[in-house]
Amino acid sequence: MNPLPALVLLPVVGGGLAWLAEHIQPHTTTPARDASWWVVLGILTVETLLLVMVTFHHPAHAGPWLGHFSVPWIPAMGIAIRLDMDGLSLSLIWLSLILCFLCVFLATRQVTVNAGAFHFLFLATLTGIIGTFLATDLFLFFFFWELMLVPMFVLIAAWGHEDRQRAAMKFFMFTQGSGLLMLLSILGLVIAHYQESGELTFDYFTLAHTPLSPAVSMLLMLGFFIAFAVKLPVVPVHVWLPDAHTQAPTAASVLLAGILLKTGGYGMIRFNVMLFPDAASHFAPIAMGLGVAGILYGAWLSCAQDDVKRLIAYSSISHMGFVLLGIFTGSRMGMQGAIIQMLAHGLSTAALFLIAGAIQDRLHTRDMYRIGGLWTAMPRLSTAGLFFAVASLGMPGLGNFAGEFLVLLATWHVSPTTATLTTAGLVLSAIYALRMVNRIFLAASRPDQHPIQDFPVRQMAVFACIMVFLVVLGLYPQPFMMFSAPSPLSVTAVTSREGATP
Amino acid sequence: MGEILLPLLILCPLAASMIVSVSAGRMGACAIGTVACTGVGISAVISIILSITLLSGPPAGVLQVTLWPWMHIAGFSADIAFMLDRVSMVMILVVTIVGLLIHVYAAGYMRDDPGIARFFGCMTLFVAAMLVLVLASDLLCLFIGWEGVGLCSYLLIGFWYNDPANTAAARKAFYMTRMGDVALLCGLLLLATATGSLRIGAVLAAVTNGQLAPSGVNLAALFILVGALAKSAQIPFQTWLPDAMAGPTPTSALIHAATMVTAGIYLIARLHDLFAMATPIMALTAILGTLTLLMGACTALVQSDLKRILAWSTISQLGYMFLALGCGVWQAALFHLMTHAFFKALLFLTAGAVIMRTGHEQDIFRLGGLRHAMPGLSAAFAVGASALAGLPLVTAGFYSKEMILSGVWHVHFGLTREWTLSGHPLWGIALLGAFLTALYIFRCVFIVFCGKKQGTSATGRTSRLMSIPLGCLCFLSLCGGVIEMPDTLPPLHLFSTLLDPKTPLSHADEPIWLVLAGALAPLAGLGVAWVLWGRATPVMHEIPGQAAIIRLARTGWGMDALYDRVFVQPFRLLTWLTHHDVLAHAITATGRLTQAVSGRIFQARTGFLDILSIWGSRGTGWMAYLLGQLDNGRVRWYAAWIAGGLCAGLAMAVLS
Repeated sequence: MNPLPALVLLPVVGGGLAWLAEHIQPHTTTPARDASWWVVLGILTVETLLLVMVTFHHPAHAGPWLGHFSVPWIPAMGIAIRLDMDGLSLSLIWLSLILCFLCVFLATRQVTVNAGAFHFLFLATLTGIIGTFLATDLFLFFFFWELMLVPMFVLIAAWGHEDRQRAAMKFFMFTQGSGLLMLLSILGLVIAHYQESGELTFDYFTLAHTPLSPAVSMLLMLGFFIAFAVKLPVVPVHVWLPDAHTQAPTAASVLLAGILLKTGGYGMIRFNVMLFPDAASHFAPIAMGLGVAGILYGAWLSCAQDDVKRLIAYSSISHMGFVLLGIFTGSRMGMQGAIIQMLAHGLSTAALFLIAGAIQDRLHTRDMYRIGGLWTAMPRLSTAGLFFAVASLGMPGLGNFAGEFLVLLATWHVSPTTATLTTAGLVLSAIYALRMVNRIFLAASRPDQHPIQDFPVRQMAVFACIMVFLVVLGLYPQPFMMFSAPSPLSVTAVTSREGATP
Repeated sequence: MGEILLPLLILCPLAASMIVSVSAGRMGACAIGTVACTGVGISAVISIILSITLLSGPPAGVLQVTLWPWMHIAGFSADIAFMLDRVSMVMILVVTIVGLLIHVYAAGYMRDDPGIARFFGCMTLFVAAMLVLVLASDLLCLFIGWEGVGLCSYLLIGFWYNDPANTAAARKAFYMTRMGDVALLCGLLLLATATGSLRIGAVLAAVTNGQLAPSGVNLAALFILVGALAKSAQIPFQTWLPDAMAGPTPTSALIHAATMVTAGIYLIARLHDLFAMATPIMALTAILGTLTLLMGACTALVQSDLKRILAWSTISQLGYMFLALGCGVWQAALFHLMTHAFFKALLFLTAGAVIMRTGHEQDIFRLGGLRHAMPGLSAAFAVGASALAGLPLVTAGFYSKEMILSGVWHVHFGLTREWTLSGHPLWGIALLGAFLTALYIFRCVFIVFCGKKQGTSATGRTSRLMSIPLGCLCFLSLCGGVIEMPDTLPPLHLFSTLLDPKTPLSHADEPIWLVLAGALAPLAGLGVAWVLWGRATPVMHEIPGQAAIIRLARTGWGMDALYDRVFVQPFRLLTWLTHHDVLAHAITATGRLTQAVSGRIFQARTGFLDILSIWGSRGTGWMAYLLGQLDNGRVRWYAAWIAGGLCAGLAMAVLS
């Protein structure tokens, strides 16, 4: 049995079950929302087991692709359900699952209104994300790309904070609009391939060999780039992100920052750089400029925020600038730096959003001036907050530094001036991270503070796992770098065809 | 055995830090102190064992331990690797032994503080980070320790976080050193790009082989120098160190003596081969060091806060070390680093005990005549002060300062072919600095311990836990220097031959008055201080504060205010102005504009349709009226219309 379709479908089916679980047994002693929560936990466990199986199952052929699945979907148009998995997608799926577990343990149980529906949408988003990471048919990729959008929109619009409608609308319009540009690019590529060879197909590997004139190639690449740039986000089109992250419920913030942004980075690696290598290298100076602008602009604005979640959101923009910079340096070193940065940022920022969410649950405010110092009342939460803030400012020995260093080194090879400019972002990151620490963790507590409950030991254990993971990623990134490297196209196309034919 | 002991050396304080942090709230103050001291104590023992093993080996013996590969990719590789050679041996001895004494003292000093677990968690982590820094054989690995000490200093300076001034001082320290760290990172990137590795041996080999262009070497040295200047609080980064006094006193002792500020000195001494290839940067180092030592001494002379005097004196003494580094006598810099660690730790810890017993009074003019109330502490402080001033023959500070001065005298910087810079003026300023050092520290001694009794009265006793480390440090401050002597005295060069057996530092042609001048300057300072502040009827009690220059000096020459104006305020203003995301606003505004425009278009369209429909309806009305007029039911009119129409039709058909 091929595990890939199960990997994709399981969350959404399980989500349906979770929704039903809430309605089926309203009379039993277990509260209904707990029932759906348990179902979600079970589904995620099964999903993890599946993923473990995929990770340790060695494919028969010795290619870099770990799994392959293909059935025709709409044969008349050459559309197939084609899923392929390499190290990059596998590591990002692992990240997704870890973050989902984090959310389930720490955040989704607090949802009281309509918990079943919440869990369904949560898992539906996960399906969209996993599908995006696996799809190698461009139409299917677009399908999943849009699929992860809709449940996230509903999550923000229905369970968000005070200004949720506007934030959700902004999020939807930006991502949907840019998604349409990508659809145009996909269609353009398919038509170009059809005119060239007379074969109508959406297959990634076939389309990769389409001969294109430089102008067309640049145009199509830009279509993809804009869609991914909005998701990543790159600076002029980051506008949706601070609002969406701030207004989303905690679990959705974690998913957004932790994984949804990574789909942008993933897409740039898989589609921009690999489908259009020449166009991408021509475009690289502009993209790198945008990356540096993102790093500095995000960090700069992060220094000026008073809202905790907004501060973290802007710091995400800054960190994702490193990803963009790394991808477009055009070297393997930069690419690996970007991947490490994606993993580390996923963990550290997700943890920060969880902490901010926990603070909001307890104090009902996100304004740093109204929160006051928490160390006296909540030493455990504050320790965790301090650790992840320090990770996010790029302390050597933690994951973020490993990624940033590789990106900077790769950038220095291309242009020392750009790299020097980028390092200014590291000073700014120290400013916003420590500003946050000295406002809400290591500060005098407010005189009118009510007694509040600290993290219980169990939750702290979950955070400790993430801390250990970040330390490992920072001190021993070598295995992750070997493991998560994207498969080069030239190798992949051949081996995966071999895998498909027998 | 060394392969196991070397990682264990770092692991012990780290483990102590973990234990103390995890068990916060569940362990008593005593237990926490014991765990922390045990952790640092074990590493002190290990470092002594390792030193003995290293010294009994061959002269150039090096202990290398590579733990695991950090990142190996095309074009770059780095490992988590440690190396013990004689330079790092001196450093680990200083860090662990002085660190242990400070920890023992702190166990007594912090006994009643509720945050003791956090305190010792950070202190032991500090020691661990410093050990990583000095033992790393890979510059990237060194960078872990480099940033680690910065983080720990931030946590410790802002330890009493209830006062916003303390956390502000902590942030200031972190930001300023972080700027240097970023410069250092740029230097590392440059070297890594040029050589493909950051192993110290490989980098130095590449530089000495001429693999780097001279401009590249100069730039790398400049970047590293900026990093070191920021970490060691030299001009123009000196402003963070006086504010760092906000932390508990043992922290100040640790920062000033054993860890943190010495990191910059160590880094340059470690990379002295690289700096030797960059003459302009060496000259710059020496000049900045000289300026800093003079400025620090002048500022210390007019301070009235006991801990601030010591802070400025640290800046000044670090200036001596940078001067030595710039002149290429890095052995002298390390020697002074070692003796400075002894006497500065002693001075800080004694000051801490004095301040603790006088009810947290730090103003020297409100203290006075304390030698009767606390003779032991007075003696300890006097010992530390003599060592700092470098009173000849009996103190450790004399020998190390003498080594620096004689090194500076002989130096020549060949900047360009025609233009060389002699070391003589630098020597003169350094000698003036030695005079000022004695002057300001004995001013402090005479005002605090001699003279009349002031309002504050001393209470209690210094606990034994605190006085034993002071005793040890007194011994080290007095006798720690006799391992290296100038040639005019018995030519003993244990320390420099220990560091660098191949090229012993010897100046046989040294004129004798050079040593004499170095010996007389502190004595002169002591004498002047005695005349001014020490006698029963002191000439002046306080340096008059009216003179503008003194007011300026008291605030650290206005550098703080300058930076505040030039950097901090504009930054605040700009962040405040851009508080709301400008780009987001622009895009939202575009959205609004589109909305407004489409609204207008909508209105215009509706208006147009309105008009059209009104006219249309009117037109129809008229037409209906007209038709109604026609349709009047009179048969004769109908016949007439038909006939008329026919005629017209026929006429048209015929005529056309």
